[in-house]
Amino acid sequence: MGQVFTTDVLIIGAGLAGERVAVESAKNGLDVTLLSLVPPRRSHSSAAQGGMQASLGNSNKGAGDNPTVHWLDTVKGSDWGADQEVARIFADNAPIAMREMAHYGVPWNRVVGGPTDYFIKGKKVTLEEPKENEGLITARDFGGTAKWRTCYTADGTGHTVLYAMDNLVSQYGITVHDRMEAISLIHENNRCYGAIVRSLKEGSLNIYYAKSTVIATGGYGRIYGASTNAVINEGTGVSIALDTGEIPLGNMEAVQFHPTGIVPTDILVTEGCRGDGGLLLDVDEYRFMPDYEPEKQELASRDVVSRRMKEHMLKGKGVKSPYGDHLWLDLRHLGEKHLKTKLREVYDICMYFIGVNPITELVPVRPTQHYSMGGIRVNKDGHSYNMEGLFSAGEAACWDMHGFNRLGGNSLAETIVAGMVVGEAVSEFTKGTELKISSSLGEKFRKIQEDKITQFYNNEGKDTVIQIRNEMAEILSNYVGIFRTGDGLKKAVDDLKTLYKRAINVKVVTKTAGRNPELTEAIKLPGMVKLALTIAKGALDRTESRGAHTREDYPARDDENWLNRTLARWPEGADEPTLTYEPVGLLDLPPGDRGYGGGQMVKMDKSLDEYNKIVDKLQKESGKLDTLEKIGEKLPKELWKES
Amino acid sequence: MARTLTFKIFRYNPFDENSVPKMQEYKLDETPRLNLYSALYRIKDELDPTLMFDFVCRAGICGSCGMTINGRPTLACRTLTKDLPDVIELHPLPFFKMLGDLSVDTGIWFREMAQSVESWIHTEKEFDPTAEEERMDNKIANDIYENERCIECGCCLAGCATAQVYTDFLGATGLNRIGRFMIDPRDKRTQEEWFELVSTDEGVFGCIGMMGCDDVCPKDLPLLEVFAYVRRKMMVSLTAK
Repeated sequence: MGQVFTTDVLIIGAGLAGERVAVESAKNGLDVTLLSLVPPRRSHSSAAQGGMQASLGNSNKGAGDNPTVHWLDTVKGSDWGADQEVARIFADNAPIAMREMAHYGVPWNRVVGGPTDYFIKGKKVTLEEPKENEGLITARDFGGTAKWRTCYTADGTGHTVLYAMDNLVSQYGITVHDRMEAISLIHENNRCYGAIVRSLKEGSLNIYYAKSTVIATGGYGRIYGASTNAVINEGTGVSIALDTGEIPLGNMEAVQFHPTGIVPTDILVTEGCRGDGGLLLDVDEYRFMPDYEPEKQELASRDVVSRRMKEHMLKGKGVKSPYGDHLWLDLRHLGEKHLKTKLREVYDICMYFIGVNPITELVPVRPTQHYSMGGIRVNKDGHSYNMEGLFSAGEAACWDMHGFNRLGGNSLAETIVAGMVVGEAVSEFTKGTELKISSSLGEKFRKIQEDKITQFYNNEGKDTVIQIRNEMAEILSNYVGIFRTGDGLKKAVDDLKTLYKRAINVKVVTKTAGRNPELTEAIKLPGMVKLALTIAKGALDRTESRGAHTREDYPARDDENWLNRTLARWPEGADEPTLTYEPVGLLDLPPGDRGYGGGQMVKMDKSLDEYNKIVDKLQKESGKLDTLEKIGEKLPKELWKES
Repeated sequence: MARTLTFKIFRYNPFDENSVPKMQEYKLDETPRLNLYSALYRIKDELDPTLMFDFVCRAGICGSCGMTINGRPTLACRTLTKDLPDVIELHPLPFFKMLGDLSVDTGIWFREMAQSVESWIHTEKEFDPTAEEERMDNKIANDIYENERCIECGCCLAGCATAQVYTDFLGATGLNRIGRFMIDPRDKRTQEEWFELVSTDEGVFGCIGMMGCDDVCPKDLPLLEVFAYVRRKMMVSLTAK
């Protein structure tokens, strides 16, 4: 059967975002329970290599940086799809979050004063690192930024920050239940009361009641099959929010492809490779990026570099291999010492997984699914639309500082900044509420899941889970990848709708006690196909190109018609999502050219004032809950004009 | 010619009262650059959906897939079949509680270890959000990172002679964690406090110096140096008494 637990704050997902919310809630004296698919230190946050953006401005190339410059880079990077106030909250708090993690033990790399050698735009240069900043947190270069701003610990940044955060979880004595999968929320009348949680040890179905519930389950790259994401990134947290029929998912069509997944295996090598001076070469070992992007070269934003790489390969300039075409990443000139210290994980990955020595050989790379800008739509407090008591933070959420493209180093930083900001809102909400609920509600939701499990054993379908997953991955990579067309997307939507029917009819053949891996996978399969369909439908209906969403048949960014956010809901019993749209948020920086990526633009006719005047009203009509502070409080006007 | 590999895999489901421990055989054609991550998923997807094992990052970063491969504890994702003979025997890591087949419960053990060594910075200072960060020499930061690279895979405990007979032993991973905080200037624990923690049979005196941990650590942590450092620190505090 299972047990019943009651807690103040239930956090689903114990990566960086979830753990940071947990720590904030515990600091506020609340009883917290953290659920995790795996021991928390194994969460995918640990795999983030390169770093976290924060405008500390301590290094030579960081001089003059400040939150406004960081905010500008972030909003431009998003192709104006971001909520500018949220981006501001993020940029303002990022330096505090880095320093806080330094206080809690992260061994950030520090400024070493004096002359230091770097590779910039293919050339070796010597820069004078400021002596007066000796020992402060240093930074490396990442794509799409005006300053060097990415704080790091070698190329194990996610690992060290997660370990420091999990140390805090231990210090605060926070309850951790690992190997637990939340498979349904408990909710009634647009109020969330916790979750139904399946133990991945003994297979029991447990009821967790909570005053507040937080979903911090990260991305869902695994639906693409070929992805840099960990095998646990299957989007269950996001799909149980969609399953409520009430909560909308934001901008699901905004999917990031990272320029440097290695071939084969799709393991990521960090953007820090290019930040530290690595170059992209084609089949002729020719450096092609400066031809496309003379200014930013290899360090344009990820959507742009990935698009250029794909474009160059389509011109026949890719390297043929049994695993498909790829390009080369050249790190040889960085030298052995650099590769074995600051890029040590990259060195290990190349050596162990593809037998390539990056000190002497070129590394085969190609753009690979990497990040989900979309997710559970929340307001600036992290409170979900339409569902009181449900919060979300990190990659699982569409908070929305990334819009249609996120900058490298901004997501890892988002986890701890959002964790802090949303953690405060969660604490405030939780302290002001009581758990008034009849015990039959949890039993009702548990029964629904028990029946679903019985149904999987009784189903007559001929498909296996892996067949459905392979077909889903093929549809997504063929039609919902870097370049998209109306015809392809239409086919993707139709095929995924058929696939969804087959997914709910999968038969689980073996009935074993314990976790039963076959059943575990069957349970989350329909939710994965629903996410795939939500992405495809969002992409089909969005007839423009913005950030990572590139329509060959609609190449222009269309600010007149599409300066908005897609909201996808899945009504009970429906076979596809329903889409509506809301304004992206208050505009302070007027939509303009990003300075890289090229492309056409359709200008917005309205003035900013006209756009801004109805933002709050339209978002509330879309389900936005009241925020602690009113809209715009954290968005100072036109500060960017001074930078 | 492509080889046919024979996998002999330990099978046992502790939640099934009818389950008895046994070795089960699977055959798989070897493909280029095949690693044990892909091989085990192929066995599960194509041959036996009941097989239990753990992978997360599949990139040698998260530490989930520690198992015993032909007698040696290591990370499965990083192990290429081309480096193995035709017959590959897989067992779960010893020492940890068994969860099923190749899957063991490292989560509980490591969380208890973190509690017992108080794996966090001990300081009276409060964080001041308005202040500049405390400065640190970059070399010290690098030294801390060197120890911090442990991924809690558990291979060191599986390869440790002491841990097999004395289950309270902190093992290389626990001592390495202590060493990590000892060298961190932000941690204000005193010599006496460290002495209390380390100079026990669970701590550094439990080690009998076989250094199986050092042989198997997949992250090449400098465990010999760490032990020497921790012992030296303890000697200093003894002579100071």
